[in-house]
Amino acid sequence: MDFICNFPAFSIVLSIMAAIVSSALSGKWAKRVNLFVLFIVMGLSVCVLGYTVSQGDFFVYTMGKFPAPWGNEIRAGVLEGLMATFFCVIMILSLLGGRKHFYEDVEESRHNLYFIMTNLLLSSLLAMVYTNDLFTAYVFVEINTIAACGLIMVIQNGRTIEAAIRYMIMSLLGSGLFLIGICILYDLTGHLLMSNIQQSVSALVVNGEYQIPLVMAIALLCVGLAIKSALYPFHSWLPDAYGYSTISSAAMLSSLVSKGYIFLVIKIIYRVIGFDAFVDSKIINILFVFGVLGMIVGSLDAIRENDIMRMIAFSSVAQIGYIYMGFGLGSEAGMVASVFHIFSHAATKALLFISAMGLRDASGGSKAFIDLTGAGRRNVIAGIGFTIGGLSMVGIPTFSGFVSKLLFSQAAIQADSKMLITLIALAISTILNAIYFMKTIIRIYSPVENEQPISLKIKNPVYVISIVCFVILNIVLGMWSTTIVSLIESGLSMFR
Amino acid sequence: MSKLRSQNEYEKTSSFRFWQWLAGEKDPYIDNVEMKVQEEFHEFPIQVRKREIDHIKLHDKIYDIDHNKEIKFFQGAYRVSAVVLCSVIMIALVLCASYLPKAGSPDNPSVNEVAERYVEQGTAETGVINTVTGMILNYRGFDTFGETCVLFIASSCVMILLMVSEEKLKNLPKNLEPKDDKILQYVARIIVPVLMIFGFYVIVNGHLSPGGGFSGGAIIGSGLILYSSAFGAEKIRKFFNEKVYKCIKITALILYGCIMTYYFYTGANGIPNIFPLGTPGNILSAGMIFFINLFVGSEVACTVYSFYALFKRGGL
Repeated sequence: MDFICNFPAFSIVLSIMAAIVSSALSGKWAKRVNLFVLFIVMGLSVCVLGYTVSQGDFFVYTMGKFPAPWGNEIRAGVLEGLMATFFCVIMILSLLGGRKHFYEDVEESRHNLYFIMTNLLLSSLLAMVYTNDLFTAYVFVEINTIAACGLIMVIQNGRTIEAAIRYMIMSLLGSGLFLIGICILYDLTGHLLMSNIQQSVSALVVNGEYQIPLVMAIALLCVGLAIKSALYPFHSWLPDAYGYSTISSAAMLSSLVSKGYIFLVIKIIYRVIGFDAFVDSKIINILFVFGVLGMIVGSLDAIRENDIMRMIAFSSVAQIGYIYMGFGLGSEAGMVASVFHIFSHAATKALLFISAMGLRDASGGSKAFIDLTGAGRRNVIAGIGFTIGGLSMVGIPTFSGFVSKLLFSQAAIQADSKMLITLIALAISTILNAIYFMKTIIRIYSPVENEQPISLKIKNPVYVISIVCFVILNIVLGMWSTTIVSLIESGLSMFR
Repeated sequence: MSKLRSQNEYEKTSSFRFWQWLAGEKDPYIDNVEMKVQEEFHEFPIQVRKREIDHIKLHDKIYDIDHNKEIKFFQGAYRVSAVVLCSVIMIALVLCASYLPKAGSPDNPSVNEVAERYVEQGTAETGVINTVTGMILNYRGFDTFGETCVLFIASSCVMILLMVSEEKLKNLPKNLEPKDDKILQYVARIIVPVLMIFGFYVIVNGHLSPGGGFSGGAIIGSGLILYSSAFGAEKIRKFFNEKVYKCIKITALILYGCIMTYYFYTGANGIPNIFPLGTPGNILSAGMIFFINLFVGSEVACTVYSFYALFKRGGL
């Protein structure tokens, strides 16, 4: 076995150890350790990605002495490596972009606790990405939930505490349903390892045994994770949690936490239930309907919203609707589009949150939409970031959002029965997206009286660097999409 | 060439009046502006009463939850739909359970090679008598490591929420401290040592008898809670303050993490393990399981006590 095969396990354990060490350090050193570990984990993930691409195959790694059905196992393929790398990049950029606000928002005695949360969030995301065992996934889902709660309530005021409690209740409901689903699957198959469950499930499907509990288990697993990733009717926790938390937390929650759960759904669809069995069950239609509803209702809510942060949060509901709609199409192309949209949405939404915070700061921290008038001239880089993010979300070519919309429509044309609904929903949702993003972009560039001249002096270099990196990431995803799509396709083929 | 003004001329200018006003010699408003002393605002008690009643009536009308039909309808519909939804889910789950394989039957799918190997070869492979411990700490060690991290992150999260500053912790209000209860203190004096020893026994016998780090740690933690609630924060800080807490917790977790990393690395690469399995049944046997139990136990004890202390006074 090559030494690189150890890297997934190392990156998980390294981030856990960093969290443990951070609890003894001061906030300043915890921040340094966190950044250092993030860069190392990013390097390790890039190595894993390169290794799996060059080998053209996945590898499994036993966590301990005992092989798979008895012990734990993790598994890394192209898609896992790509996901882990991408999560690290987004996390580094979100932490850098929100750093100034973090110091203003959070009391100094809680700085190191915040970095414990981020480190454990990273470890749980990595474990959810790499795991090949359903129960390991559950354990790290728990860690992810608690870490996300900590990230929300690190600011101590009424709104964030309320948002955190709401998030906790909804998220624990999701965990509970997920756990019941795992229990039913274990009872039917006697395994927790994904590959073995898949064998048993396909045998059950062929023999026609235990059909009702099987459908129930699939439904519980999907609905549990859908609640946690804020699919439309279960999204009530989302706007407060994203809108009132500190800016790094909002960026990480929207682009990492919910994406981790969605990736777990993909793993369950392919590796646990089997893609064909999943398509044959009727659960897929439920996901499709909820996704389409979310695309439209989330955008309508965003148009009605007056606070820019909450507007972006509602836009997340719509984008998560897109992803689940892609699952609901029940075709390979739909899955590829969904996975690409995970990347494009993660890159864009974090950019939008961070630049919206800059715009709001330039307007004296006011939450009212009308005060944003001319903010794009007062804070040039944030204005550019927001404009590019908005254009990408609407689906203008050269940015990442265009490619995902293109992939979705191509997938929709292949699906016969759902083609018309999907295309209409895509069109309506795109127009609604354009309404609220264009409204904001026009607002931030409208002239105001006694305006100060535009100054290009850089006050906060870290913030500028993070926005520039996000913009570059967005353009890379938009321009070199064929490479990424081929990586996603090869990764998904390794899942079978 | 400048021209000097005469005194009379100067006295007519506004700048002269301004300087005069600034020096306080003359108020420009007197004799120039009509002035009237305002009457003091006066309200009869009966008017005050009327105003208050009006306010209460208006307030009641706006916030009248008992007679507001929309709110009542919403609350009713909310309750009914919640009950209906919960009962539908309950019935669906119960129905689903009735379709599951019969519990305890020998041809269940869950009776397979996995459970067979745990039961039959567990002792030989991991050196434990208590198979459950062998399963959670050796076969599925990664899950348990994650589970310990859940405890760690939960205590950190409670700290974010409830931790107060050090000065505030030192000057706690007196009503948070226990009263000097003689009966409680006498009982605690007898029970706490027994609890500690029993907890330690459960931890170190984790690989031999039912128990282990999680349950033993909880017993020790409850002993600490009893001591603290009988004798107060001052007494327990003499031997278990924040420094000791951090030392124990971090040492235990780091050593646990190191052992697990070593175990993953050697196990996956097929390198023999340095932990000897020993004779099954001895206290010092079962390789790393004995140490892991110790670390998990101390971590759990710290976490349980820290929950109590944080909820009670916001710090250790």
